[in-house]
Amino acid sequence: MSRDQDMTRTDTADFEFAPPAPVAVSGTETQAQLIWRAFRRHKLAMVSLVVLGLLYFVALFAEVLAPNDPHEVNARYTYAPPQEFRLFDRDEDGGWAFRPHVLGYKVEVDQVALRRSFVPDPDKKIYIHLFPRTHETRMWGLFTIDRHLIGVDGRREVLFLMGSDRLGRDLLSRLIYGARITLSIGLAGIVISLLMGVIIGGVSGYYGGLVDNVIQRIIEFIRSIPPIPLWMGFAAALPRDWSALQNYFAITLILSLIGWTELARVVRSRFLSLKSEDYVSAARLDGAGDFRIIWRHMLPAFTSHIIATATLAIPGMILAETALSFLGLGLQSPVISWGVLLQEAQNLRALADAPWLLFPGAFIVVTILAMNFLGDGLRDAADPYGDTQ
Amino acid sequence: MLQFIANRILTMIGMTLMLSFVCFFIIQLPPGDVISAYAAELAAAGDSSGGQMEEMLRERYGLNQPFVVQYLKWLRNLLVGDLGYSFNLSKPVSEIIESRIGISLLVEMLAITVLWAIAVPIGIYSAVRRYSVGDMFATVFGFIGLAVPNFLLALLIMYLVYVFTGTAVEGLFSAEYANARWSLGRILDFLSHVWIPVVVIATGGAAPIIRVLRANLLDELNKPYVVTARAKGMKESRLIMRYPVRVAMIPLVATVGWVLPTIISSSIVTAIVLNLPTLSPILLRSLLSQDMHLAGALILFMGILTLVGTLVSDLLLAWIDPRIRTGMAT
Repeated sequence: MSRDQDMTRTDTADFEFAPPAPVAVSGTETQAQLIWRAFRRHKLAMVSLVVLGLLYFVALFAEVLAPNDPHEVNARYTYAPPQEFRLFDRDEDGGWAFRPHVLGYKVEVDQVALRRSFVPDPDKKIYIHLFPRTHETRMWGLFTIDRHLIGVDGRREVLFLMGSDRLGRDLLSRLIYGARITLSIGLAGIVISLLMGVIIGGVSGYYGGLVDNVIQRIIEFIRSIPPIPLWMGFAAALPRDWSALQNYFAITLILSLIGWTELARVVRSRFLSLKSEDYVSAARLDGAGDFRIIWRHMLPAFTSHIIATATLAIPGMILAETALSFLGLGLQSPVISWGVLLQEAQNLRALADAPWLLFPGAFIVVTILAMNFLGDGLRDAADPYGDTQ
Repeated sequence: MLQFIANRILTMIGMTLMLSFVCFFIIQLPPGDVISAYAAELAAAGDSSGGQMEEMLRERYGLNQPFVVQYLKWLRNLLVGDLGYSFNLSKPVSEIIESRIGISLLVEMLAITVLWAIAVPIGIYSAVRRYSVGDMFATVFGFIGLAVPNFLLALLIMYLVYVFTGTAVEGLFSAEYANARWSLGRILDFLSHVWIPVVVIATGGAAPIIRVLRANLLDELNKPYVVTARAKGMKESRLIMRYPVRVAMIPLVATVGWVLPTIISSSIVTAIVLNLPTLSPILLRSLLSQDMHLAGALILFMGILTLVGTLVSDLLLAWIDPRIRTGMAT
């Protein structure tokens, strides 16, 4: 701790009394190290961190990882089921070799119902290659790439590892691109909520009195109203001719307008409890301004709590976006989010024909679970002094 | 107690006013209004008097006046039961709400009753038999309820019922009972449909209740008064139900206030997916077609329902726990 205080002085003395090398000896660990140690004990949270890391990695490199163009319509393959995936194949001389491939489709017509259905054709093997040259994509809107992690040779063959939708678009690729929107909207929403929560909650807790009273009434009001109809109402009022990007930001803003209350509550209660601490009084007596007291002395004391609360609030944002998009009031096609994808599964007939349309749902569940576990772990670790187990 | 009740009712009235303001704001949000759409229609039909007509209609409906004046007019109309007119369904809004409110409330009440009937025993069980198989199961159930969006659960159940029985369950009644009078057959038919939304809503809402009850009860179970009662030879089941559960329930009743908005929210989405003959699908349709007067009235209505529900739970709470009505606990 004394080291931290020294650092705030801009003396050259720091060079002479260089801080000791950061060796992990118990008793001299920093707050961050303590939190990390407490967090690591929480196994489920660690696993969740890895899962979420992977998901965000996929979202970030969607262009490379998606095997197909997510918008490419393929009229010949509507509602094609997920292809059978095999790792090994028989050689010419009868042995087994590692050659990942999928089985092509054979179209069968049901004579009674007069419906087409796709069945795997064991004779049609489509081999999967690493980084083949296929369709062109703009990477991050900056440069063009034409190689993707996996793909098949030839324009006539298709690769539908998770099946295709109503327009014959590859569900896996759409899922991967959808991850980008769905996962980022949670983060963007939480950043706005966090700003609102910290500012409003801080003002409320620090100044108290009438301001506090008014803000508390407003928070109480927002929390006592069911959020979904409000979200729906605001989202429905968005102009129809807005671009995808405008829509995205508007939806994020709408979600945050209602989502900030929990964060503000946490920040306020922390401010209230810290206000009477000795070190805060000392700073005030020392003549520090409000801004400095809040920024330098109070905020660092509960940053970890804020992060934990924020993490626990992200799932709510994602669920809200998914529900809104699912209902047709949130993001609209051609924008791809997991909620937009689930919209395809809305009617029972489509679902009965193509149950794989529910795949995005599984991804939502995994993401929400992981974020909850991660948030729980962070919350437990946020106060590493509390428990001495 | 009287003062407490008066206080809560005043708060509720204030909240209702705030809510009505927000709803009116939502009504006014979409650019343009009904009149300009109507005028555009006239102009498209080649009627040159459109502009003049527009002015007259605007004057008549007070659309030229400032926002606050319009709001006050709307509010005054609300108070005398005039909720506006739905241009899409060509019906007064109040008539639409009236025709569906009964079923809406019925489903909601059923779901909330089942929710508590499921959550409370599970919560007690998993606290008393901590770390047992049942407790683990309850935890898993809770997490699923937390992580599976309601609409997804509804879709999944619909799909599974379709796969296993071959029937498509949608709505609350089969075709032959849809407009029939209430009879035994209709009640049975209703029950065979209503379980899906009830299960979906209950699963989503049960998780936080189970968690809170379990945590509270765990705190209470080791208190001296429990040990004393046990030492005196009181039967375990009677002991737990008699003392610690009652204490642990108190903060739970307090949470009804914030559980209710979430439950109502989830029931709205569920009702839309399952296409129940409640108010929710109408809300979605009105929003999609920007029939804002209907939508605003519905949002207001759902909000007021939630506020009333919260008020009732607050009063119940004060009745159970004297500390609250005397203002000793916050």
